[in-house]
Order: sequence, then C-alpha cells, then structure tokens
Amino acid sequence: MSTIRVEEPGLLTTVQDLGREGFGPLGVSASGAADPIALRLGNRLVGNAENAAALEMTLVGGAFAFPEGGVVALTGSDFGAMLDGNNVGTWESLEVPRGATLRVGPSRSGARGYLCVQGGIVVTPFLGSSSTHVMTGLGGYQGRPLRAGDVLQVGAATAPFRRRTVDPSVFAELWPHTIADRASGEPMRIRVTDGEQSAWFAEAARGAFAANVYRVSEQTNRMGIRLEGTPVAEQSGGRMVTEGVSLGAVQIPPGGLPIILFVEQQTTGGYPKIANVITADLASLGQLRPRDVVRFERVQVAAARSVLFRREQLLRSRKIIVE
Amino acid sequence: MADITRFQPASDQSLMVYFGDRITPDAHRRVRALLQLLQTQPVSGVRNLHPGYGSILVKFDALTLTHDDLERALRTRVARLDSVQLPEPRLIQIPVYYGGAFGPDLDELASSHQMSAERAIELHTSGDYLVYFIGFVPGFAYLGGLPDSLATPRLSIPRRAVPAGSVAIGGHQTGVYPIATPGGWRVIGRTPLAIFSPARAEMSRFAIGDRVRFVSIERDEFEEMARA
Repeated sequence: MSTIRVEEPGLLTTVQDLGREGFGPLGVSASGAADPIALRLGNRLVGNAENAAALEMTLVGGAFAFPEGGVVALTGSDFGAMLDGNNVGTWESLEVPRGATLRVGPSRSGARGYLCVQGGIVVTPFLGSSSTHVMTGLGGYQGRPLRAGDVLQVGAATAPFRRRTVDPSVFAELWPHTIADRASGEPMRIRVTDGEQSAWFAEAARGAFAANVYRVSEQTNRMGIRLEGTPVAEQSGGRMVTEGVSLGAVQIPPGGLPIILFVEQQTTGGYPKIANVITADLASLGQLRPRDVVRFERVQVAAARSVLFRREQLLRSRKIIVE
Repeated sequence: MADITRFQPASDQSLMVYFGDRITPDAHRRVRALLQLLQTQPVSGVRNLHPGYGSILVKFDALTLTHDDLERALRTRVARLDSVQLPEPRLIQIPVYYGGAFGPDLDELASSHQMSAERAIELHTSGDYLVYFIGFVPGFAYLGGLPDSLATPRLSIPRRAVPAGSVAIGGHQTGVYPIATPGGWRVIGRTPLAIFSPARAEMSRFAIGDRVRFVSIERDEFEEMARA
C-alpha cells in the first residue's frame, strides 16, 4: 500500500468522503465534504468512485510527500500548487513521481480545496464513512485534523494514469456564485426555500431577511456558517420545541443574526428557522470564506428541485470529464 | 381520536412530521412508534431520521422521492402507529459523583434555591427521567422529569469546554454531556461511565424511551468505575 506523509498540515486539513447519513437517531450528523461536488469530480479525475475519501483543505493548503508516488487531482478552490518546483493546475489529474512533494498554497478563491488520490485515502470507517467529524472527534484519521508527521494509507491503484480535466464551462452552473462570480465583487446569491418557522416571522422581518446582505463571520466552521449584518427581528408567532434540523437550515437565534447549519450540524435544535438553503447551493456554502458577502433569494421547493435535477444531470454526464 | 399529524417541508430534501406542538407523552409515544416503523420498514429514498420531542425530521434523496410521495408513504405508517408494539422501557442507572471539582456549579445552584447541596442531590436522584430522544450531539439524551424546584437558568456566559460525562441542569432540563463540548448548563456532577462510545456495539448508552435514574456515588467508587 502506498502512503502520503503530511509535512505541513495547512490550517485545517481533514479526511472526508460524502459523509454518513442514517444515524440521526443516535445524534450523529452526516459530516462529509463541505463541497461535495469538488470531491466527486476530483475522484472521477483520478478514476475513483465519487465517494472515495480525500483530503479537504481549508483556506491554506499544505505539503504532502508521496514516498511511493501516486496519481492525484486538486479540485475546489484554486490554492495554487507546486510539484517539484513546477506549477500544477486545479481540475486535472497529475502523476506524482516517487518521492516527490506536492506543495499546496493559500486559496486564491473560495474556502476549500480537495486533494484526491487514486485509490482513495484509507482509514478505519466509523458508521460506514471515512469522514472526519471534527467537533466530536469521530471518524476520519484519528478523529482530528491532520498534523505534520501523520502518515496516511492510500488504497491500491486499479488503473494506469490517464490525463483528465474538467470542462471549465460547467463551473458557473455547479457553483453559481461562490466560485464563478467571486471576481465580480457582487454579494453572492444563496437560494433558499421556506423554513419550518418562516410563517412565525413578521412580514417585515422576512422582507428584511431577503433584502439584507450579510457578511460571513470569522466564527464560521464546518458546524455552522455565522453571518453578520442587520439583525432579523425575532419571531413572535409560536413557541419553539426542540426538533430535528436540516442541512442548510437558517436559524435565527436571539440577537437576530442568522446561522446556517452546515455539514457537522447538530441533529436537533431549538432556534426557529426562517429559511433553508437549497441542496443545489450547498456546495457553494462550502466555498464561503470569512468576510464574503451573501444575500438570500427565496425560491419555491419545485424550483429548487428542478435546479437540483439539472445540476445532477450535468454532473453525471460523461462529457464533463475531458480525457 | 382526531389525527393531529402535520406534514411540512423543511427543505427541498426533508419533510417534518409533527405530532402536535407540545411536549406530551402521547406525542412522544408516536415519535417512538414512527421511528421504530421507519427503522424496521424503511421507505426507499429516505436517508436519515432526526427525532425531536414531538416530531421527526425525515431527510430524503430528492432525486428519487418527492415531498408528496414521501408524505403518502408516511401517512400509511402513521395510520398504524397505535398498533406498534414498543419495547418495554429499560431503566438505566447513571452513577454520579456530585459536587467538588466535578460539579463546580452544585453549591451555587443549591443556594439559589435556598437548599443544601445534599438536598439538591436528593432531589436530582429522587425520580426517573424519560429519554424523549437522542439528539444535538452523539449520544445526548433529552431527559424529561427534572423536579421544578431544581430548574435553574443557564450560565450567562457558556463554558468553552464542559468535560465528557458532566451532569448538568439548564432551565427545566437535565442531561449528561457525552463528549466534551462548549456548554451553558450548570454542571453539578460527573458520571464515570462512557455515554457515547464508538467501540461499543451499542454506542449510545441511552435510547429513546428509556427511563433514567441518577445514583449518587462516592469519589472512590467513581475512580474504580472510571478504571473499569
């Protein structure tokens, strides 16, 4: 089995796959890649199943040595990487020579980058998934972010190296805002459907929520994306009883500043939810970084569904990967 | 009995099932029964279940299932809830060392109710608590049954880290922290038992519907159990 040795771990680098669904009754949330599309495409570039475990890097990359060599792809935001002193690109498969070190820099766009490796990162699965749940210390590599000196096992390569890239014309549709439009400087648009308690908020509060722009707080992590800006007037239409919460739920806690529940979400919560981010925009959430500016756009569930179908069709099409 | 079940989309890939909007024994029984039905006879396309006091959030694959289809499938199951045989509740005893370094808020909590620490311990260990559901973090049991005389507001500034096993009171609730997390509840003691353990076949010590009794132990018993 080949290995990867972590020489520099970056800011917060963890082992992630597409997460573990099904354990809500135990209080265990799914976790998994913050940008699942980047992970899926990265795995396809190196010839893996889409769910194979890879390294998720946050804002700052790291240095990774490949004593036995390997086939890798960097996806997600552009972190700028070098292999043996040469620049290498994002969204393409690469052959890493035996003994070489891949150096991944700070992000030049969104929050997260993925280092996918042919054969996948191999860790002991927890509840059927290799994902790290950082907050609870469960899953992944010893339940924690990587440190210098860690040695990761890589699964056996099943196919020879093939040079593959992702057709860049799809980016605007897959990350409509947080990757593609980042350069425009406009507030990034996050589409939401109504939350369970939307009707409890006064009309004016809901209008303000839709009209405001919010800044992503420094306190943002894989559990929740905290927003700063004009507070939303608290609801007065009902009495909250703790209940299950969805991925992407937009909670309005006392104080009125929204919190979006993210991949390491709590499974239940007691704050009212004014909205929920649509599934097709969850990958965009994974690319939000502190100080980014967002605004919410309300859509109907049917519209959210058709966006999801179109996106999935695009993702599954063969032509998205160019050989 | 009128069917008060209410279905509401929570997101484009989840549907909330509400059994009323209050915390009642009947709503809890229905949550337990539907959870059991959905675990033993899963609906194809359902990916996760998040029970609450009087509700279950059903997460599903929106590529294969719609809210309407799921609601229809759930309604046929809800119609059968009264005939679901639930297992007899287990009684789970949780040994607790109260006070001292393990329960830094015990004395203040007791004196805020004009009672001695011993009286607070006596009250906390006096009755059985009901596990309404497991949620928030792995293995955390939402317990009902805290005596009103022990209800205490949360700390105004939450602690950055509450150790695993801490037994605490927050408002009208009491519970055991399964893992070290930030927390604003008042910590009155600690159990030596692992509440959530990935290495155990039954990872969570508590299950929905269990009865829980806290038992006061001495420091040497704590040390002995912690070693076991």
